[in-house]
Amino acid sequence: MKPFLKIIKYQLQDLIRGKWILLYALLFFVLTDGLFRFGNDGSKVVLSLMNITLFIIPLVSIVFGSMFFYSSREFIELLLAQPIGRGSLYRGMYVGLATPLSLAFVAGVGIPFIYNTYHTGAFGGIFIILLVSGVTLTFVFTALSYYISVKNEERVKGVGLTILIWLFFAVIYDGIVLALIFMFSEYPLDKASIAVTLLNPIDLARIMMLLMVDVSALLGYTGAVFKQFFGSPLGLVVAVSALIIWMIIPVWLGLRSFAKKDL
Amino acid sequence: MIKISKLDKKFGKLTVLRELDMEIETGKITAIIGHNGSGKTTLIKCLLGLDKPTSGLISINGFQLNGDWSYRDNIGYMPQLARFPENLTAREVLRMIKDLRGFNGNMEDELVAFFNMDGEMKKPIRTLSGGTRQKVSAIIALMFNPDLLILDEPTAGLDPISSSLLKDRLIHEKEAGKTIIITSHIMSELEELADNLVYLLDGRIIFTGTIEEIIKRSGEKNLERAVAYLMTENGA
Repeated sequence: MKPFLKIIKYQLQDLIRGKWILLYALLFFVLTDGLFRFGNDGSKVVLSLMNITLFIIPLVSIVFGSMFFYSSREFIELLLAQPIGRGSLYRGMYVGLATPLSLAFVAGVGIPFIYNTYHTGAFGGIFIILLVSGVTLTFVFTALSYYISVKNEERVKGVGLTILIWLFFAVIYDGIVLALIFMFSEYPLDKASIAVTLLNPIDLARIMMLLMVDVSALLGYTGAVFKQFFGSPLGLVVAVSALIIWMIIPVWLGLRSFAKKDL
Repeated sequence: MIKISKLDKKFGKLTVLRELDMEIETGKITAIIGHNGSGKTTLIKCLLGLDKPTSGLISINGFQLNGDWSYRDNIGYMPQLARFPENLTAREVLRMIKDLRGFNGNMEDELVAFFNMDGEMKKPIRTLSGGTRQKVSAIIALMFNPDLLILDEPTAGLDPISSSLLKDRLIHEKEAGKTIIITSHIMSELEELADNLVYLLDGRIIFTGTIEEIIKRSGEKNLERAVAYLMTENGA
């Protein structure tokens, strides 16, 4: 087995026994099951879940990720005193954290979904898109959390920064976009708004999910433009590639800084 | 043998090591002493490749450190502060490190027994006391039978029994031909263990020599007094 896979294996073992991952899974379980109990059908549950997961997943991934990184500092030091490359360790720690977080989400949402819809057969495309978006966001925000933690020596500063970054993408960004649209309302903004969406991973995930549940009509004119663009095969490829780039760039930056870092 | 020449290490504007030149003899125990913040740990981290020197060269048994990590195969390291994944057992942590190093031998059973750790191995790390974790850390450093041992304040936090066990073990390792680098603030301990001594102050070597020579040079009766004497003599 490669060192990188070994790191993943032991880290999974450690995290799965801890209480945090379990609590995280439980949170999704209670939410999803609750939504079904309120008498919603599958697609309504997906819609509500979508809004919740777009907030929770980035927040938990980025904050928990950096807290985990800081608390592993001394162990990282010990591991790097062994004949192990820094790249293997970093990649292992990254996949070894994003995986259990993703599994907790998939299991927490998936189990109540399956037992509530198996007789109606209502779950399908949108449910899969929800899971894929959730997992992708987990990987994106875990990558960001590690990069920030490598860059900042001080734990308090690092964790604080992760919360700010989450606030920016989850709340502030949309506010800025709205303000811009308002300011430039006399200009054609369709292309610009698509470009702006690509710069925020949460928006990308949201757009992909909304288009699948076909409520883009609610989004007005911009929604129609989005539907036209992201609904097309080219648009989907662009959106998925943008999300993948959102994952690769922070991992690459993190690896680069970690390789040079004094521990 | 370890050769360090013109080693400089800066953290931003702060210079921690300045033009350090030293040699560490094979088969001997070399103690590095100095105040807190004098650069001991940084020097050790440079040897391990954890910190990258700003300039200067380090070579370990003829291998010049260049970012390649394979040379660490022959080094056992015991850090100042031992922390491990909280939910793994002590046994699993040992297995993890062995697995990562691709090591098939078994020395840990003997070491576990030596440090009276049989009863602790199945417990999760989070339930172990600080001293017990230190012992896990000592076992990790020793269990690959490395030629070079680097120990950063190994006895701090150990009870007297464990501390003497560790010292016995280190003497035993030295007799088996191992090279050992150790930092400590306890002079009586170093007088008992070490052959050579390096005194660091603000990242410079203030004095160095064998323990006997240092005591003789100062005309004092033990190492603690000799070091105190030499410090005042050197204006530290």
